[in-house]
Amino acid sequence: MSENKALLRIENVETYYGNIRALSGVTVHANPGEIVTLIGANGAGKSTLMMTIFGMPRARTGRIIFDGKDITQMPTHEIARLRIAQSPEGRRIFPRMTVQENLQMGASLDNLQHFDEDSRMVFDLFPRLKERINQRGGTLSGGEQQMLAIGRALMARPRLLLLDEPSLGLAPLIIKHIFEAIKALNKNTGLTVFLVEQNAFGALKLADRGYVMVNGIVTMSGSSADLLADPEVRAAYLEGGRH
Amino acid sequence: MAVTQTTEPDSVLAKALKEGLIAGALALGLFCLVVGFRTEQNIRNELILTHRWGLLTIFVLGAAILRFVITYTAPLRAERKKIKRAVAVAKEPSAFRRSFPKIGLGLLLLYPLLVILILSAYQGSMMGGLQASLKYVDNFGIQILIYVMLAWGLNIVVGLAGLLDLGYVAFYAVGAYSYALLSTHFGFSFWLLLPMAGIFAATWGVILGFPVLRLRGDYLAIVTLAFGEIIRLILINWTAVTKGTFGISGIAKATLFGIPFTPGPTGFAALLGLPNSGVYYKIFLYYLILGLALLTAWVTIRLRRMPIGRAWEALREDEIACRSLGINTTTTKLTAFATGAMFGGFAGSFFAARQGFVSPESFVFLESAIILAMVVLGGMGSLVGIAIAAAVMIGGTELLRELEFLKLIFGPDFTPELYRMLLFGLAMIVVMVWKPRGFAGSREPSAFLHERKMISGEFTKEGHG
Repeated sequence: MSENKALLRIENVETYYGNIRALSGVTVHANPGEIVTLIGANGAGKSTLMMTIFGMPRARTGRIIFDGKDITQMPTHEIARLRIAQSPEGRRIFPRMTVQENLQMGASLDNLQHFDEDSRMVFDLFPRLKERINQRGGTLSGGEQQMLAIGRALMARPRLLLLDEPSLGLAPLIIKHIFEAIKALNKNTGLTVFLVEQNAFGALKLADRGYVMVNGIVTMSGSSADLLADPEVRAAYLEGGRH
Repeated sequence: MAVTQTTEPDSVLAKALKEGLIAGALALGLFCLVVGFRTEQNIRNELILTHRWGLLTIFVLGAAILRFVITYTAPLRAERKKIKRAVAVAKEPSAFRRSFPKIGLGLLLLYPLLVILILSAYQGSMMGGLQASLKYVDNFGIQILIYVMLAWGLNIVVGLAGLLDLGYVAFYAVGAYSYALLSTHFGFSFWLLLPMAGIFAATWGVILGFPVLRLRGDYLAIVTLAFGEIIRLILINWTAVTKGTFGISGIAKATLFGIPFTPGPTGFAALLGLPNSGVYYKIFLYYLILGLALLTAWVTIRLRRMPIGRAWEALREDEIACRSLGINTTTTKLTAFATGAMFGGFAGSFFAARQGFVSPESFVFLESAIILAMVVLGGMGSLVGIAIAAAVMIGGTELLRELEFLKLIFGPDFTPELYRMLLFGLAMIVVMVWKPRGFAGSREPSAFLHERKMISGEFTKEGHG
């Protein structure tokens, strides 16, 4: 069974904000070299799941296993050191730092040893960032900030890349560009990507497999093609969302 | 070319006159009772109403004239701004601005010598010049440099790591009292106690750091404020050790590699065959605090290029992003508190050695506020800006004492230094209106590729740049 060699395994995780349960019994996994997407409406708990992987907030029950190691109770910065990188919700780039400094922060895990090489890779992926290299992060456009957030995550040489709504608030052309970049990255380097998206159509097109989340519960899972063809998914997330 | 709106000069003048008159009338209404009248008690405890028409006139005229000038020159200034904007889209910093730190450093190094030379020429004798220079080296030079150092130390915590600390003076106090106590009780020398005071203060920085690890912004500010007060209250109430409000006096002076600055035969002056004077000690102290302040600056500059300094800055920008990039925010915060506190401790032990006397009075909240104001006015994170702010604020206060001639205008009871806080407030409002990020508000990146070309911080979101 493929689940045994999964890179990331989330088992029965429940997360609370105070007394409010945000995730209930979530079980999700991502195999090496896969793009997995989690789709769902606003407030379904997608971002909560992503942050729970990083222990912010911590899962109250259940286990999160990365590469055979239980990381459920591990401090956030140590989880990051296992080479899980994320482009968080709202991008969270460092606004007063330049593009280069932002990338350097991403590479600070291994003391900038591969900085030149890796930044070249990021610039190949997002040539726009190279033009803006000495510009402050806060002065970039939304799309450029998203590229920077992904680029910064890639600088950590991740084994698993978590992307939280990279398409949020961006123009369709830029979304397309970013999705293509993610696809290329996955194809060329075999990077495992876990993608949280509201843009269900684009995400399912990109991903190998998908999960659907409603009110903190995973209600459906399957290959992207199956989900795209599923009448329920189509009604709730595709046709409804494409008016 | 933009459409230039030509306004009739006459209408501008009329408008300016009108607004000036209105401002004058407003000032009259506002200050009439507050400034114009004054009650005093005579010997029989009766209230006597006196008036100060002269002072009131000055206030009213001041407001009217200022308003007139502002309104009258408004179109002119707008025009000039437009031109400036058109010309300087992406200008390089001028040669003067770029080399300002070097020029400033040179001036600081030569300052005591320059003062002595100028005053000697003025007084006509070398000795007279030496004595007269005491005031300028001590009151201006040393005093300002202590605050520069404190502000640079606080800058590490507030400017770099973004942790709002309202109790910084506590570390200054820890440094001062550790020198005072250890020196009077055990007779340790200044050079041994200087690093020890730094270590003690850093320890207290970590002690403060632990409980506030999870706090940010307002909450952090309140707790640090309380911490500062706790230290001060301990100093007041632990009379067995600190002698309470009496303070500790007779603290040993610093020595130059064991050579004391005393009038005796083994003193500095006698050894070099110079006439006895207190000035040498002051000049020595000046260079000592200059060295300490420069050490602070050097460490700050070095650390900013190192992972820990980067982590501080990233922490200021976004704590959650920091953690998910693998930065241990706990150690990052604690090192920021400890490093900042250490420099506060150095400054404190220097302060004790210079004064020869410490008491809790020197470590009130106002001091913390002043130091923080320097960091904010100077521009968070900018060493040059902060130094300028410290020089202006402390030097300005000292200058107020010199304005004896004002007594001729306002009467013999007028003490200009009492207006210090009023002027501080005014200066702060003015700077925050004109330069909301402080004198040198744009952050210098610590890494560049190829060329130094950057977009001014003015284009980034407020509170983000």
